[in-house]
Amino acid sequence: MSGASNKITDDELNALILRLGTLLPQLNHGRHGRASSSTTKILKETCSYVRRLQKEVDDLSERLSQCLDSMDISSSDAEFLTNLLQQ
Amino acid sequence: MNNPHHLNPTSLKSRFTTRFLRALTKIRAQKPISSSSPTEIFRRYRRIKVAADKSMAYSVRSRRIWSRAMLWKLRSRSYRRQDPCSGRRSGKTNQAIMKKSSNENTTTRREDGVGFVEEADELRQLVPGGETMNLCNLLDETAHYIKCLTTQVQLFSPIGKG
Repeated sequence: MSGASNKITDDELNALILRLGTLLPQLNHGRHGRASSSTTKILKETCSYVRRLQKEVDDLSERLSQCLDSMDISSSDAEFLTNLLQQ
Repeated sequence: MNNPHHLNPTSLKSRFTTRFLRALTKIRAQKPISSSSPTEIFRRYRRIKVAADKSMAYSVRSRRIWSRAMLWKLRSRSYRRQDPCSGRRSGKTNQAIMKKSSNENTTTRREDGVGFVEEADELRQLVPGGETMNLCNLLDETAHYIKCLTTQVQLFSPIGKG
């Protein structure tokens, strides 16, 4: 990274923004030709994507806690083991 | 969604899974016999959420600013619960962590034609430790944070579908 100077060059910035853009699912749909979604758009998409992911983890945690509550202990074990084995 | 950016599958994923399973076993062991009060359920949900975050942060260790920030947050929370005095010590550690990430930070907020300061600030709120990052770090950390979050989601998503 640009450790030596305090300023970020435009090129570095663009490279980082582009990389971020490739991680975003919404932007990747049907926009392959376009080299540049604007930086602002990418940042906005990133924010909403991060929020979505965090919320998903929240919801899944909640589901998991309900699972532990209502299900047999052994079957939630099995679910995880299956999951783990599939990785 | 395809996955062209997967981290080394034998390390992050399996480290995370191992830790999380361990934490889950502990949580299950604490489960009271009659546990359907909403408070209990909420508390367990919180514990699971914290366990997931912790497992992820520990699996990444301190290689990332966001994981360091998250670990610090988690530790200081548990210290505060047990012993109010140690909270002060963690404060010092945090300053050291923050200093490390912010010494390139002098021109973070220039507005000379860079029109996305607001969005960058918004992102800073979302990524752990983001408030101290310069733009370069912020973008880098965000990319890694997103990868880790998607790993978490992928691992969790079969839950409850059985």
